[in-house]
Amino acid sequence: MIAVGAIAAVTAVLLAGCSSSSSTLSGNSGTKAKTSIVVGSANFSENEILADIYGQALAANGYHVSYKLNIGARAAYVPALEKGEVNLIPEYSGSILAYLSKSATASSSADVKAALDAALPASLKALTPSSAADSDSLNVTPAFAAKNGLSSIADLSKLSTVKIAANPEFQTRPDGIKGLQSIYGLTNLKFTAISDGGGPATLKALLDGTVDVADIYSTTPSILANKLVTLSDPKSLFASQEVVPIVSSSKVDAKLTSVLNKVSAALTTQDLLALNTEVSGDSKTAPADAAKAWLAKAALF
Amino acid sequence: MNLFGAGFAWILAPRHWVTTAEGSGIGDALVHHLFLTAVSVLITVVIAGPLGLYIGHTGRFRRVAIGASNAARALPTLGLLSALILLLGIGDVPPVVVLVVLGIPPLLAGAYAGLESLDRQTIDAARAVGMTEFQILRKVEIPLAAPLLLGGLRAAALQIVATVALASVFGLQSLGTFIIDGLAQADYVKMTAGAILVAALALLLDGVLAVVQRLVGPRGVSRGTDRHRTTARDGKKPVALTQDAH
Repeated sequence: MIAVGAIAAVTAVLLAGCSSSSSTLSGNSGTKAKTSIVVGSANFSENEILADIYGQALAANGYHVSYKLNIGARAAYVPALEKGEVNLIPEYSGSILAYLSKSATASSSADVKAALDAALPASLKALTPSSAADSDSLNVTPAFAAKNGLSSIADLSKLSTVKIAANPEFQTRPDGIKGLQSIYGLTNLKFTAISDGGGPATLKALLDGTVDVADIYSTTPSILANKLVTLSDPKSLFASQEVVPIVSSSKVDAKLTSVLNKVSAALTTQDLLALNTEVSGDSKTAPADAAKAWLAKAALF
Repeated sequence: MNLFGAGFAWILAPRHWVTTAEGSGIGDALVHHLFLTAVSVLITVVIAGPLGLYIGHTGRFRRVAIGASNAARALPTLGLLSALILLLGIGDVPPVVVLVVLGIPPLLAGAYAGLESLDRQTIDAARAVGMTEFQILRKVEIPLAAPLLLGGLRAAALQIVATVALASVFGLQSLGTFIIDGLAQADYVKMTAGAILVAALALLLDGVLAVVQRLVGPRGVSRGTDRHRTTARDGKKPVALTQDAH
């Protein structure tokens, strides 16, 4: 019995080895069975749109793509990536780095990418980041900016007190209140925690003057819709948050890299903003349809 | 156990009692928590008290009141709070409105159930000796129903004091600040400390009201009701037991 079991196990391993090598071969030659890729996403619509864009681009280039969208937060999908249950997830360079390495201090785009490459386990690989980014951004109303002559975060020191709204973790994050104090030397901050990730309640508080400054993700449609002034960040308080596909190392080859990099290169922050507006705005376009329209317009393949 | 120990230690550390740029202090949070609780309970009493007494005394609109307060119970508190915050902006008004909506059903139920539970003969006797309807309410019904009236108040106050914590989702100070911020900041000691504080305050308030409830009850009446209930339950018990055995 044991011998039979052992033989079966060995045979299974050999077969598995055969099948994976043969599929890699056919993937390279592009003739027979398609390489299959499982594309996942985090549980918010922008990430889902990005997953659809990368997934559809691969499908257009002969990959067999299946989707596991809306998985959840990093704590849920990073283990799935590591186990190979999901092969591709669009990430944001600074956030995934901070998740993998708690002590990360890299801030510029190149530093973040280098630190990310070092922090990723061998089973995962980060491809070339896009110039499209979705980071924290501090916003004020146009009237408040004009009245106080604000254009950069450093200008906030002109005010006697600054009421600032953000998620509660902003209070303790190194690139939150602490960073504003140590990097920009702001000592006039009064913090209000609003737990909606720069959503409607935060926006309402900013517009009705309950707070002066609101932390809203840079690709949120409400920034454009309300003509908010995003304060520039000359001292790079917020780490670079470029969109970067994280892929199973076992699936990475020249063809996959070239397809995904082509998409990343074409994608801009303005595109993200427009896509988010389409999906979250009044038209309520489905993420997959918005992705399809963007790919058609970009005419990459 | 360790987390609880750490939570208590967190509460006892003096630096956590004062508000800094790092975070809210327990002192400020407690004061505002009590303020929101007091205002909400007061408005609840002003609205539901007279209404409940009227319904209990006259027996009118009972069906409407039960329906309306059951509907109010089904309202998702956080959803209502979010909607009101988006409508009115961040401030004390949205949480107070939500808490009053939450507090009205138990108080209303306590009031009309309290008056309805009274012996009709007692009220007829009061009417027979020439009391006006208002005198019957004030001198007979309210004193006799006091334990149940206060029971309703106690239930309402308990729900309100525990739910005030939700206001901190939208940046308002309360003991919930530590729970909500602690979760977001992955500071579970702070979160536990917040939970301990909310639970302790709720237990304290409920304890005080329980003592008041005991003090106001006319002794003979409440004891009589209790004995009646006990015998009724005792009578049913063997039946229930035999059914269980099958």
